[in-house]
Amino acid sequence: MSAQTVDAEPMAAVGQAKMTARDVDVYYGEKRALHSVDCDVIENEVLSLIGPSGCGKSTFLRCLNRMNDTIDICRVEGNITLDSQDIYDKELDVVQLRARVGMVFQKPNPFPKSIYDNIAYGPRIHGVSSHKDDLDGIVQRSLEGAGLWQEVKDRLAEPGTGLSGGQQQRLCIARAIAVSPEVILMDEPCSALDPIATAHIEELIDELRQNFTIVIVTHNMQQAARVSQKTAFFHLGELVEHNLTGELFTNPKDERTQGYITGRYG
Amino acid sequence: MSAGILFALILLVAFSGYFIGRGRSLSVAGGAMADLHSLPSYYGLYIALWVGVPGIFLILVWLFLEPIIIEAMVLSSIPGYETMTEPDRQLALATVRNLAGGIGIREDTSADLLAAASRYTGLNSTSAWMMFAVGMALAAGTLAVTYRHIATEMRARNRVEAIIRFLLVLCSVIAILTTVGIVLSLLFESLRFFARVPPQEFLFGFQWSPQIALRADQAGASGAFGMIPLFAGTLLIGAIAMLVAVPIGLTAAIYLADYAPARVRAIVKPVMEILAGIPTVVYGFFAILTVAPVVRDFGVMLGIDASANSALAAGVVMGVMIVPFVSSLSDDVINAVPQAMRDGSYGLGATKSETIRLVILPAAIPGIVGAVLLAVSRAIGETMIVVMAAGLAANLTVNPFDAVTTVTVQIATLLVGDQEFDSPKTLSVFALGLVLFAVTLCLNVIALRVVRKYREKYE
Repeated sequence: MSAQTVDAEPMAAVGQAKMTARDVDVYYGEKRALHSVDCDVIENEVLSLIGPSGCGKSTFLRCLNRMNDTIDICRVEGNITLDSQDIYDKELDVVQLRARVGMVFQKPNPFPKSIYDNIAYGPRIHGVSSHKDDLDGIVQRSLEGAGLWQEVKDRLAEPGTGLSGGQQQRLCIARAIAVSPEVILMDEPCSALDPIATAHIEELIDELRQNFTIVIVTHNMQQAARVSQKTAFFHLGELVEHNLTGELFTNPKDERTQGYITGRYG
Repeated sequence: MSAGILFALILLVAFSGYFIGRGRSLSVAGGAMADLHSLPSYYGLYIALWVGVPGIFLILVWLFLEPIIIEAMVLSSIPGYETMTEPDRQLALATVRNLAGGIGIREDTSADLLAAASRYTGLNSTSAWMMFAVGMALAAGTLAVTYRHIATEMRARNRVEAIIRFLLVLCSVIAILTTVGIVLSLLFESLRFFARVPPQEFLFGFQWSPQIALRADQAGASGAFGMIPLFAGTLLIGAIAMLVAVPIGLTAAIYLADYAPARVRAIVKPVMEILAGIPTVVYGFFAILTVAPVVRDFGVMLGIDASANSALAAGVVMGVMIVPFVSSLSDDVINAVPQAMRDGSYGLGATKSETIRLVILPAAIPGIVGAVLLAVSRAIGETMIVVMAAGLAANLTVNPFDAVTTVTVQIATLLVGDQEFDSPKTLSVFALGLVLFAVTLCLNVIALRVVRKYREKYE
């Protein structure tokens, strides 16, 4: 299987692998959703996962912080590490893992609480800070980090659900960075947003790369080209090609990749 | 039983009307089905409905008006009718009815009444024949008229839909009118009660003792109608019931919604629903035979003078009865919180209990409050358990080991056996019912509002 994966040499040049996946298989009941996926996520880079619907890219993303654990019939095999530590180790605390590997979802899902409480949720449950001033600081920095501070600083007590779709999604990003994760997983974060809000989020992703490692699932190939350094193409549960983004889009090694990016199928 | 025969005949005509209409539409179309506006069966239904519905309606109206009109006619034929009082008239009518049925004919029966009785019999049989004739004429008439309506361009489908809509509206109107009727009867009888007992005495009185002295020297019959002890008892038992039902029901709902594997859920949910299906009378004897002695022994152990019919026993059993109600409603509400909320919380590294405590429950709280309010109004209206287990003593107390009585218990006991409907003792039932109705109505309205407000948030 892995023989089909085209790992191009120029990739090896920079950065250090933050997360590695080796020979990952995922089953939903009897159905096999991922076939021996090997993939590295490099520190302070953005990795895009692209591919047609049902190809397994979201499944792979959800393996990286064990969100698949919440699905009863899902079974993950193989080896995934974060900083060389096996995240499927029995000893590992999944709660700790998710604090280090945060997630932003397809549809903005702010809690039905105030903007402030949405951001403070993570720091509070992890006991990062009990002090009001510290918490205020975290909320402000997180909102600034998500480019939302200027818009909401005067109405932190209002419900997060009252914001527009794009603002809600940035609120969710702020909520994720408030727990200071090392990796942020984004599952089609812009698919429910209009083009202006999408542009906002894309800029934000580029800025976030300074401090975080990001994996993003997207259906929009222009978006993948714009925001990511590496791109991985999934097809029918296989990782077909994984390369520098520019390389993958201009010079795909596999004909399935070429077919997909030129719009012949998918 | 001419009404029954007429009913069957009208149904028969309607039934054959269906086939007649269907056949007629086909022959009108002359084999060219595409020319017909509607499918042939709609033409059949059109005739059948027009024959059946007015016919049955006629029978119902006739049966309702017949006795009223005939009795008025018979009464007015009795000599000296103008000078009779209302009870005398009722007595005369009852005699006439008996005589017509061949009961109580004696040598000394007055000729006037015998004449009235034969008139009564005659009118009844005339009416029966008239109903039969009018009914059949109506059926035949509507059949003929609707038959002539049938034409290729006639919109039978639309007309059938209109008739069906009318029938649906009629049925819902009946449901609403029944409710209105019950409320009005409660209201008017309560007014009769308040004419005898002042409302302020009823609403704010601390003494409930509905036995009225017939003689001055009678003991234990003070005739006081203060409802406060009854409502205090109702609230005490209701509060105990909620103390049992809400924690158990809610935690069960949380377990079922967020913890239980699908297999456990598939078993536990139906079992809970069986618990909801146990008749309250069974809970009642469970309360009095099993729980009450335990409570009394427990009270004795604590050194409290516990009554055999304690509020605690009734309240606890009522709470158990309400558990499935609370858990099933709360389970729905908790499940209605979108999965995205859970994902968002888990994605931030929250544990299951943190997610439930900090995200799911706050989001579900309006719905849970609604569920609890509905449960409260159920507890307040519950009768059988408290009749059996709570006792009759109208004590004003908050001691759960004491015997208390509730509004529903008093209503039930006051109406058991023969009653005179002009004494405040019996009439007080309507006032109690009215207040109970008002309380539960308010609770239900608040509960439904809360629930609806919550629904708007996510859907």
